[in-house]
Amino acid sequence: MMPRLFVIFRRDLGLLLLGGRKGGTVLPLLFFLSVAMLFPFAVGPDASLLARTGGGVIWIAALLAAILPFDRLIEPDLELGFFDQWVLRGISEESVVAVRMLAHWLSFGPPLMLAALPASALLGLDGETLRLVELGLLAGTPGLAALGVTVAALTAGLRGGTALAGLLVIPLAVPLLIFGAGSLSTGGESGIALTGAVSLMLLAIAPFAAGAAIRAARG
Amino acid sequence: MQACRLSATNLACRRGERVLFRGLGMSLGPGEALEITGANGIGKSSLLRILAGLLPAYAGKVESEGTIGLIDEHPALDPHLPLGRALSFWADLDNIGFLARESICDRLGLGDLLDVPVGYLSTGQKKRAALARLIGQSAAVWLLDEPLNGLDRAAVALTEGLAAEHLAAGGICVIASHQNFTLARMQQLALESHAP
Repeated sequence: MMPRLFVIFRRDLGLLLLGGRKGGTVLPLLFFLSVAMLFPFAVGPDASLLARTGGGVIWIAALLAAILPFDRLIEPDLELGFFDQWVLRGISEESVVAVRMLAHWLSFGPPLMLAALPASALLGLDGETLRLVELGLLAGTPGLAALGVTVAALTAGLRGGTALAGLLVIPLAVPLLIFGAGSLSTGGESGIALTGAVSLMLLAIAPFAAGAAIRAARG
Repeated sequence: MQACRLSATNLACRRGERVLFRGLGMSLGPGEALEITGANGIGKSSLLRILAGLLPAYAGKVESEGTIGLIDEHPALDPHLPLGRALSFWADLDNIGFLARESICDRLGLGDLLDVPVGYLSTGQKKRAALARLIGQSAAVWLLDEPLNGLDRAAVALTEGLAAEHLAAGGICVIASHQNFTLARMQQLALESHAP
């Protein structure tokens, strides 16, 4: 017998990874890479300027790319009646949301960290900056995933919910951005530790906030 | 069939600013069925969702024993997946063996549709798929909201037969339907008499 949450996790991966509902993981990835590609065109080929600002650009691109899959995180399952059926089977919204956070992170966190390699080449980042970017993304993307699922749950069922979700998540993601991108200029790992701390806090709150939001949306 | 019971006392439901019904009481034991009647918008679906525990009651309380299965307008099947895979998600979740899955699908005439994406199915075909999900859940209490919508005559007879079997096995059925749901020994509950 398979644990029930594993069955749900497997479906989540099918929906969010490659070839899932509406393009899976590919679209955010291409978006991320196109921002990294457009930036040098926009500010010109000044290598030192690019190297100085490139890390921050990668962070902003990662944040925006994480917003793209919002509309398929919670809303479709609420609409199609999946949450009703889970509740009837005694599976709480909180555990479903926790599983979905993991699947959502897997669908954009590691792919973005991989895509950061070509992006850093496009922006001419040096090895040390790239190391900090990768560590920062590793610490920050779980927090982004938690934020994403929470905000998607809060706006599920609202008209224009996706646009609203994008707007809502940006101010909430500012701490992650400050510590994550900030670690690039201070050159230390303390910023990354703080990014990880923000992520952990978001991860701890998210299942309960999102679970409550889903229950409220059903009422 | 596990022991089951479903009762409600002095139940009231409010949607927005309107109270839909109040002072509603009912009690069902093993093998008993209840038909809820009333005009559109009188609160039949809300009542079923309150009984399922999906919607809080405005007043009163619901007591139930045994697992609850619900069929409503939402099929809870992924539209882009072939029917077979969409159903096997629920079969895995409800831990049903391979043979049982096949016999349920054959019974409901879904055998030829398993490769068709759920989004391409007709209303009646989706309803039959939802019935397959319900049977697989082996719930003791069936809450059926418009179970006959879009079904052809053969499927209507099939659904009535399934409900009768479920009752004979000691289950409970609560049915809200505008069509004529034929079932022996069915209690009636007119929601009009509980309108505020």
